[in-house]
Amino acid sequence: MNNKLKNLVKGIIDVSPLMIPVVPFGIIYGVIGMDLGIGPYMTLGLSIIIFGGASQIVLLQLFSGGASTLVVLSSVGAVNARHVLYGAVLSEHLSSLKLSWKIILSYVMTDQAFAVSNNYFKKKGKDANEHYHLLGSGFTCWSIWQISTILGIVLGSVVPEELGLSFTISLTFLALLISDFRKFKNIIVMFVSGLVATIGFNTIPFKAYIIVAALSALIVATLLTLTDLKKK
Amino acid sequence: MHWSLIIYAGIITFVTRFSMIFLLKKDILNDKAKKILSFVPAAIFPAIIFPPIFLDDNGTVDLENNPKILAAIFAIIVGYLSKNIIATIFAGLISYWFLIFFYF
Repeated sequence: MNNKLKNLVKGIIDVSPLMIPVVPFGIIYGVIGMDLGIGPYMTLGLSIIIFGGASQIVLLQLFSGGASTLVVLSSVGAVNARHVLYGAVLSEHLSSLKLSWKIILSYVMTDQAFAVSNNYFKKKGKDANEHYHLLGSGFTCWSIWQISTILGIVLGSVVPEELGLSFTISLTFLALLISDFRKFKNIIVMFVSGLVATIGFNTIPFKAYIIVAALSALIVATLLTLTDLKKK
Repeated sequence: MHWSLIIYAGIITFVTRFSMIFLLKKDILNDKAKKILSFVPAAIFPAIIFPPIFLDDNGTVDLENNPKILAAIFAIIVGYLSKNIIATIFAGLISYWFLIFFYF
């Protein structure tokens, strides 16, 4: 097996366990899209064009709440801010690639693909074909996300509304934060965000509560980080 | 919904992923910036999580007649103990179904 294929297969294998929660998330997203009445093409269209679970859910939630385009888009931008970090961390390994490679790898760079491929790059020494690992992990995420979206679209017409599947949005995001539950500072940041959003839901104009809450929480996070660094 | 909204959102998502890979030759963000960026999920996800749990259909805070709060607490406990994403989601969902069918 040549080196490229080896890296590609390793990427697929490494990311596979992380795909287990992606399946229910994708199905829920598809069901919700159908529930909100945007139809099967748009529901799948979001998954292909945006390809980011959190962004897609936020877009649907704010859109159905009557938010303006500007608020929807800036909220999507805020949700995606973490990808800037991923890009900065990976740039060292990807900077010598051709532009077309950078475009393809950026499109498939999800939380899960970043997590496993960054790990792989760190462990592995210099390897000109290491980016095939990210290609493998990224496209595995992509395929699973599209398939589970389609499953959700099909199920969306048969799942009864009484089951309260919209609650699973909250649960899914909650589950994504479990690694933060044991860090005291992160808990403070989470409470600031949640509290500002809940209070601001009706009082902050233009449905901008997500952005306002996120910015307030990030200011608190910055203060906590700076005071911590001073101590050292 | 208009397709243009989806395309703009797609471009924004892509640009956040692409920007640093395109611009940086190597990792130049300092540790402080990285530490702060690592708080982004904790800063943003609760803003998505809290309002649908605590607010009723009229947008007022509902603390009493609200199975979602109890189910979310149960999910947090399971998440804290198990550190397992799927277990957390299912614990919340199953306890929510149990509560709405038997108590609320």
